[in-house]
Amino acid sequence: MNDSHYCPHTEEEIREMLSVVGASSVEELFAPIPPELRAKTFNIPPGMSEFETFARMQDIVADNGAAMVNFIGGGFYDHIIPAVVDHLSGRAEFYTAYTPYQPECSQGTLQALFEYQTAICRLTGLDVSNASLYDGATACAEAAMMALRATGRNRIVVDGCVSPFSRQVLKTYLYNQDVEVVEITPLDGLLNRAALAAVLDGRVAAVLVQNPNFFGGIEDLSPLASQIHAAGALLVASVYPVSLGLIRSPGEMGVDIAVGDGQSLGNPLSFGGPSFGFIAAKKSLIRNMPGRIVGETIDKNGKRGFVLTLQAREQHIKRHKATSNICSNQGLCALRGLIFLSSVGKEGLADLARLNWDKAEYAKARLAGIPGVTVLQSAPTFNEFTLFLPGPAAPIVTELLKQGIAAGVPLGDYYEDSVNTLVVTVTEKRTKKEIDRLADALQAELECGHI
Amino acid sequence: MELIYEKSVPGRRGVKLPASDVPSASALPEGLLRTEPAGLAEISELDLVRHFTNLSRRNFSVDTNFYPLGSCTMKYNAKVLENTAALFAPFHPMTALLPGGEEFCQGSLGMLYDLGQMLADITGMDEVTSQPLAGAHGEMTGILLISAYHRAKGNRKKYVLVPDSSHGTNPASATIAGYEVITVPTAPYGDMDMELFRQAMNDEVAAVMMTCPNTLGLFNPHIKEISDIAHSFDALMYYDGANLNAIMGKVKPGDVGFDVVHVNLHKTFGTPHGGGGPGSGPVGVKKALIPFLPQPRIVMDDDGVLSLETFRPGSIGRAANFFGNFGIMVRAYAYIIMLGREGLIRVSEQAVLNANYIMERLKPFYDLPYDQTCMHECVFSASRQLAHGVHAIDIAKFLIDRGFHPPTVYFPLIVKEAIMIEPTETESKAAMDAFIEVMIEAARTAGSDPQALLDAPLTMPVSRLDETKAARELNVCCLV
Ligand SMILES: Cc1ncc(COP(=O)(O)O)c(C=O)c1O
Repeated sequence: MNDSHYCPHTEEEIREMLSVVGASSVEELFAPIPPELRAKTFNIPPGMSEFETFARMQDIVADNGAAMVNFIGGGFYDHIIPAVVDHLSGRAEFYTAYTPYQPECSQGTLQALFEYQTAICRLTGLDVSNASLYDGATACAEAAMMALRATGRNRIVVDGCVSPFSRQVLKTYLYNQDVEVVEITPLDGLLNRAALAAVLDGRVAAVLVQNPNFFGGIEDLSPLASQIHAAGALLVASVYPVSLGLIRSPGEMGVDIAVGDGQSLGNPLSFGGPSFGFIAAKKSLIRNMPGRIVGETIDKNGKRGFVLTLQAREQHIKRHKATSNICSNQGLCALRGLIFLSSVGKEGLADLARLNWDKAEYAKARLAGIPGVTVLQSAPTFNEFTLFLPGPAAPIVTELLKQGIAAGVPLGDYYEDSVNTLVVTVTEKRTKKEIDRLADALQAELECGHI
Repeated sequence: MELIYEKSVPGRRGVKLPASDVPSASALPEGLLRTEPAGLAEISELDLVRHFTNLSRRNFSVDTNFYPLGSCTMKYNAKVLENTAALFAPFHPMTALLPGGEEFCQGSLGMLYDLGQMLADITGMDEVTSQPLAGAHGEMTGILLISAYHRAKGNRKKYVLVPDSSHGTNPASATIAGYEVITVPTAPYGDMDMELFRQAMNDEVAAVMMTCPNTLGLFNPHIKEISDIAHSFDALMYYDGANLNAIMGKVKPGDVGFDVVHVNLHKTFGTPHGGGGPGSGPVGVKKALIPFLPQPRIVMDDDGVLSLETFRPGSIGRAANFFGNFGIMVRAYAYIIMLGREGLIRVSEQAVLNANYIMERLKPFYDLPYDQTCMHECVFSASRQLAHGVHAIDIAKFLIDRGFHPPTVYFPLIVKEAIMIEPTETESKAAMDAFIEVMIEAARTAGSDPQALLDAPLTMPVSRLDETKAARELNVCCLV
């Protein structure tokens, strides 16, 4: 037994323990499993050292080839990550702890999460935040369910400009609920307000929008909020946190529940996860909130401390009557979000958002200069925008991938009559040179008539 | 300790951003522009580093303390796993969804595919989806798959049956998935009461959700009989895999009649818990449920090339944005190939040995309501200590002062004053002996000086906190 792999006992210790337990072998301890139920096969390959394991993982990564120059978003964004994020979230006291059930020996996690909740409230301009949800898409679903509980109604209206992935996740969550989901077809890349007015009645619990939306467009939601509140419904907005350095906060626009994906705040792309979902709301809605919430309190000596609070909403107490089934959340990713926001800082986030805006505006003008290419939006966009190409977008994207460029997301798979449409994302990480290279490559593809 | 916002100084800057290499664009229209920058921290990098380093020192963690938190499997998280996860950091998930993009994701997709195959072998399932983001998310996904199965046969049915020892997420997940929950009491022998189970079963039961070994740490010897009965009503068997650490290579849920399984990679497969997450809860299913799996689904052609199936009528849709908590799956994959067949079997054996050792040694000092050979964890009751006015929570706080993270207390709900101990396989005999000694001391002190337990902890940055005040005043965000 030489490769014990983190199981420390010597043969001698195992014998001692067995004698305490009163068993003659470890195998005897498995006697409660009826012999006829025991596994007949177990085909996992033999193990190896950590060095061989790491080498194997390097080989697997190599099968991906080099990472692309990303002009794609779709919910995950290629942003800078300050070095402190990895180093501080990589403190083992943070990442090898569990959910802070015992507050006295978990003040590190609890205070950090309280600071995280504060950052999310300030960013969104809302009163209360929880300690994270799974991701942006599930956060949309949780917000919708929160609105259903808060209003007692049973209809959710969803703008078709919301990410198709979030819309799918919402429908999956509501698959067996007695809830009707009404989708509004986008109009020129924005919410069709007339269509919304037509469906906004006393059955609607919430209207879910995304700002910036899946096409990159941004809107002032204030007029929408008044219209929705007049109908007794809630306005739920999925927002992109980096954009909030520049764009008016959802709270100021009258949004009741803001959600989003925190990947862009210090979490690597990592082929789609882990990231975290955030949710913030007006204070009156807090008892309908899902998930863990950290609250401030004092100890026996009057000293400030932090605890998990309002636990009576949660599954471990309420079981089938809980506000949500969520238990483990994405705490460490939320901590990364907090460290990111604190490192970039108050003025820094505004600058970062501005940098995204400037780069995307440059790219937009540059790409719109290619003959035959036009931009869908006349309204403002943040760091994503939508192009109409003179032919199908998919083959061009395929061609540019071979040159190491992920040129954008073709919309043909997600929207009808959109085969010629391409959503392009430009974060602060894209250099002018890379943007020019994208423009040249796109122009060359169009000219050589691949489409 | 001060909040980071209390350390902020107006105008102080943190990390320097890249300079712009493009012309600055015209401003956004007024109505869209943020009026006030968000009140984030304004702090130097060194002060930020000290802040979070000092915060981290206010935590117990596996790397600093024995952490026998029952049901949570707080085993050692190997450092090499963190290194492997970092290899995949630059890969964008949308690449795989672009036309022709799969070609550039064969490594990532291949890892997911292989992990799915290995988890299918470990659990006795036919296919695994990587999408669910934690255990509870896996439960919801799994019950939705079961409802899709029943729907396809014309009746999605009405009930999900759970034992009263089940984790709270089980009934909560069944509710989100649209079912009414029937709870079956536990018999004195420590498992779901067979007679009451038989009475509860009917044609409208869609699924029976079980944890096996259950939350008392006991393997249910009637499990095959239970699944046979369930199947005779065309109810499917759901396996909560949170307790898989006890049985790898020993018994496969698929072999004893389970149809759907979720696996908590953040428990059995050595990935860190992160102070509450991220976890990962892949779901395995038997063949009959494959048509309903969420999209995108990874498929392999005859030449071993992987691609994504993005649409299939009948699928329950999508459980999350992309492919699940990929970085966690990288770690779990590396863990499985590193430990290998023999290593995983040894994990289960030593986890079970350790739990029985602690159970045996503490038996004279604490009530053991279900006195049987346990699997990976054992559940005591502090009822004997209660006679002195000492509750399970007081014993927990006493342990904190002695440098041990407490076991899980007050779960499972069916045990009064429950103390649920799960040592895991990675703890040494010396660490467990030290813990046992302190548990014995706590039991003795409960008799001799109960107040000492009620006053604990005394050595932490804070003493016991006022939870009522927290809930009443609801201060969840620091006001500016
Ligand atoms: C028995 C059991 N089932 C389910 C869960 C839920 O897992 P998660 O926290 O990953 O959602 C847990 C975790 O606490 C558990 O112990």
